[in-house]
Amino acid sequence: MNNTAFVTILRFVALVILQVVIFSNINFLGYLNPYIYLLFIILFPFDKDNRILFIFSAFLLGLAIDMFSDSGGVHAAACVFVAYFRPLMMRSVFGVSYDYHNIKIEKTYFGQRINYLIILILTHHFVLFSLEIFSFAHILLILKKTLFSAIFTLIMCLIFISLFSRKST
Amino acid sequence: MQQIVNFLIRNKTFITFLLLFGLSLFFTFQSHSYQKTKFVNSANWVSGKVYSNSNNISDYFHLKEYNKQLVEENLRLRKQLLNIEDNAIDSTFSSDSLFTNYNLYNASIIKNSFNKRRNYLLINKGRNDSVKQDMGVITSKGIVGIIENNSSNYANVQSVLNSLSEINASIKNTNNFGSLKWNGEDFKTVQLVDILRSAAIKKGDTVITGGMSSIFPKGIPIGTIENFDLDVSQNYYLIDVKLFNDMTTLDHVYVIENLNRDEILTLEASIDE
Repeated sequence: MNNTAFVTILRFVALVILQVVIFSNINFLGYLNPYIYLLFIILFPFDKDNRILFIFSAFLLGLAIDMFSDSGGVHAAACVFVAYFRPLMMRSVFGVSYDYHNIKIEKTYFGQRINYLIILILTHHFVLFSLEIFSFAHILLILKKTLFSAIFTLIMCLIFISLFSRKST
Repeated sequence: MQQIVNFLIRNKTFITFLLLFGLSLFFTFQSHSYQKTKFVNSANWVSGKVYSNSNNISDYFHLKEYNKQLVEENLRLRKQLLNIEDNAIDSTFSSDSLFTNYNLYNASIIKNSFNKRRNYLLINKGRNDSVKQDMGVITSKGIVGIIENNSSNYANVQSVLNSLSEINASIKNTNNFGSLKWNGEDFKTVQLVDILRSAAIKKGDTVITGGMSSIFPKGIPIGTIENFDLDVSQNYYLIDVKLFNDMTTLDHVYVIENLNRDEILTLEASIDE
């Protein structure tokens, strides 16, 4: 077990506990909660050959959140979805050559980083709320929840990334 | 055959994705169906432990409120006790016979939820404390929900704030029955449907449980009528009921066991045959 694997497992457990104990109970304006567990998917080591492991851990992450919040499988579905399409999102944001470099999120340009986060978070939240509400009649509610929660999640994720990024030497 | 294997190997990422996505969708749709035991629920050892630990801490911030609730309940029960006429506690009623229909257990809510469309709570009593599926959960003020899943030490409660919930209810002092549902919008109000147009109702009337189900006894308070209107068919009322309970600050609850439930269910099953 190397260092990266250890950090990833630690991040998994810490994010799940933080999410269910603190961030799922904020209820800002009555219904807004940030889903900071997405940081696990955002920060998962970029590896072209290991996508199955990545998708599977995203599934476990979503399932853990679902177990805690009694939401069936909506988080798991949303996590698997963004995990599968993450390479596509990264290619469109960081350029085609991203997989040759060992990209660290804290070393990317601020603009690119924000774009990557926005695309990933919006996709995740849209899948999540569509499945949770599951009714075309409430499409406006789905979009409203997606947008406002995404803003909240984005702010929290940026704060966490800058708090926990190692100072470049 | 060779080609199939090659195809599988070439598309293994996509197949994994489809498989796991399909599995999550299966879990999701299963949770959408009414009253079905779910595979993924928070009534288990891991989430129970996490929630009871975090609840241990957050409880301290509400102690004053809980004390006030308990004093209010005591006051109400004292009043009832003082006003009971002596002969009601006559020797002809042996104290045992009063408890043959319903049994109560106490429990605390360790995970609350009210901002989703399907809300589930978690309580710290389970199979070991004889808390089982389809028991009612109430507080001193009114109803909370129905037990849906249990593990050995924890149980899930389907809250009244759940779009799948359907509870038999009636308006106090009348014989009009309807069912209590929730439209998923405001956590202070639930909807009472299927009350006939001929019913005489007015704002402020009290809504209680109807006693037509084997879960809740008759007469548990639910809320007051806030607003009412005729539904699309123009034959039934659609009533907004303001809950007595503040669903955001629940803590100590009672679980009701109907001791005759098995008998009622066997009887109903024999009629259906």
